[in-house]
Amino acid sequence: MDTPAIKLTGLKKRYGTGDAAVDALKGVDMTIWPGEVVGLVGPSGSGKSTLLKCLGAVIEPTAGHMELAGEVIYDGVWKISDLRALRRDRIGFVFQAPYLIPFLDVTDNVALLPMLAGRDNAAARKRALDLLTALDVRHRAGAQVSQLSGGEQQRVAIARSLANHAPVILADEPTAPLDSERALAVVRILNDMAQQYNTAIIVVTHDEKIIPTFKRIYHIRDGKTHEEAGEGRPI
Amino acid sequence: MINLASRDVLHGWGKFLFTGIGLGLLIGATLTMAGVFRGMVDDGQVLIDNSGADLWVVQQGTLGPYAEPSSIRDDVWRGIVGIQGVAETGNAAYLTIQMQQAGKDTRVMIVGIEVDRPNRPGAPPYLTSGRPILQGHYEAIADEKAGLRLGERVRIRRHDYTVVGLTRRMVSSSGDPMIFVSLKDAQEIQFLKDNDALVNERARTATNPAFNRPGVPGLLEAAQASATQARNVNAVLVRLAPGTDADVVAGDIRRWNRLTAYTKAQMEDILVAKLIATSAKQIGMFLAILAVVTAAIVAFIIYTMTLAKVREIAVLKLIGAKNRTIAAMILQQAMALGVIGFLVGRMAAGLWGPAFPKYVLLLPQDAIGGFAIVLTICALASSVAIRAALAIDPAEAIGG
Ligand SMILES: Nc1ncnc2c1ncn2[C@@H]1O[C@H](COP(=O)(O)OP(=O)(O)OP(=O)(O)O)[C@@H](O)[C@H]1O
Ligand SMILES: [Mg+2]
Repeated sequence: MDTPAIKLTGLKKRYGTGDAAVDALKGVDMTIWPGEVVGLVGPSGSGKSTLLKCLGAVIEPTAGHMELAGEVIYDGVWKISDLRALRRDRIGFVFQAPYLIPFLDVTDNVALLPMLAGRDNAAARKRALDLLTALDVRHRAGAQVSQLSGGEQQRVAIARSLANHAPVILADEPTAPLDSERALAVVRILNDMAQQYNTAIIVVTHDEKIIPTFKRIYHIRDGKTHEEAGEGRPI
Repeated sequence: MINLASRDVLHGWGKFLFTGIGLGLLIGATLTMAGVFRGMVDDGQVLIDNSGADLWVVQQGTLGPYAEPSSIRDDVWRGIVGIQGVAETGNAAYLTIQMQQAGKDTRVMIVGIEVDRPNRPGAPPYLTSGRPILQGHYEAIADEKAGLRLGERVRIRRHDYTVVGLTRRMVSSSGDPMIFVSLKDAQEIQFLKDNDALVNERARTATNPAFNRPGVPGLLEAAQASATQARNVNAVLVRLAPGTDADVVAGDIRRWNRLTAYTKAQMEDILVAKLIATSAKQIGMFLAILAVVTAAIVAFIIYTMTLAKVREIAVLKLIGAKNRTIAAMILQQAMALGVIGFLVGRMAAGLWGPAFPKYVLLLPQDAIGGFAIVLTICALASSVAIRAALAIDPAEAIGG
């Protein structure tokens, strides 16, 4: 527990320039440990998505410092040249809509990540089936994505985010389309996975049903975060 | 790594196949167009080859007998047959008429040939059934495309002719089937008129400005002569002895007989290059437009297919797929579309080609060339979609 999975200090993001400039992040500090599931909440326009995109290395911050599992990846400029490989190997993504690839079956949706990372098909599919088993969707392994229920799709998406042993998973409103029972099931799975794979998971959410489950919550307001202990209610 | 393109295609194969078939019909039309052109060239070529001649002797200064009217006296062959290297000559008369047979209107070319000896130049080289013309009068050999049966009686102008033989691929340069009759019959059909008509005709011909055009001396005389005499033919076809230089003999004929003589190569130039030059340009234009239309359609289809996958592409980029992987996916789909389109097109052209009234010749090298062009067009057309796909921001997958 000595190396944080994510460490942000003074992270800033400004969109645009001059009069039109928007300071979406005004100095975010955040430390997240492996195996932790942390909530990120805040009103609309507070900068949640912006923070997630910076963490996901799809937009470049304006200033600050960003460490991923002990490695500096941003310090005023990107410290990593291949951001795609960074995203592929070290960051898992889970979205509000599952955003699976509709033309691949369930197994290959998960196996695609290790395949993109250069693993051979057999090894990648084995990894996928292991994860599908862990997430209790093994029986749907050969199905088309469109034949899955919303909850099943979200579990497949979680399996995909875990496929390359990423130390960090970014989840953007992962429970929004689900009823409370299924939403809690997804949170339980995220907690289980965080434990099982020692992964740090950040969950952006508005969802009142799941907020009480976090042990630690970052509130973001007007581009700044402050940390707060959550209820940590057992699920 | 799995092949994303094939997975995507298989996932929506119905739509993809349907699109490919649509594209294929367009490609089929393009191939047919090329086949029409090849058919025209081939018609000209077989006209030359099947005539069995090495030289064509025609009226001085004309491109006769196929591309321009030509009229020479039917005894000029006497001056030709004695020339060194000439093996055999044959008088020939050609005229195109509209023939009514069994209620159908068919355009045919009547060919008058000398029937005294078999295998004179100008006669059909082989018969698919029946026999050669034996009697001097009222017998005919017809190309199969004329739609006549063996033994059938057919009315040409004032007389009934009996079809005694059938032949194949004997067509005029414009693709009309040939009907062979004896030279005497052909001359009658071509030149003889009733007396009233003759007098009227002469007077009219003399005042017709078309026959008094400046720069065409002798036209009126030629027209008058051909209108009154049955002793004219359109050309003398000459077969040379083996090993004879056609150009030398042609030169001799030109020099001594005040006639124009064409070798096979020159005749080919007249029929293939000159006669169909305008049609070739016409078809060339059409082919160019079809190529552009095909490119535009492929580009549009691939672009639309790509835009429908913006979210998936954003996700692929977000989870680390390389630009190369995404570009390959789009390119391969464009190529697959091209392959399906080409196969469908080639099949369609093969199916509907024979239904065309004129000969449609689908050459393997045109198919290969067409395939290469289709693939090139698909590759180029996909570049628009690839550019659009590479511009997709992976941040879009995360959303607002
Ligand atoms: N591409 C952009 N260009 C300019 N301004 C932007 C851009 N994206 C976001 N913003 C602005 O940055 C601020 C933070 O936006 P962000 O999307 O991070 O909010 P959010 O917390 O995700 O809101 P929501 O809960 O509504 O999704 C907002 O004021 C927004 O208008
Ligand atoms: Mg947002």
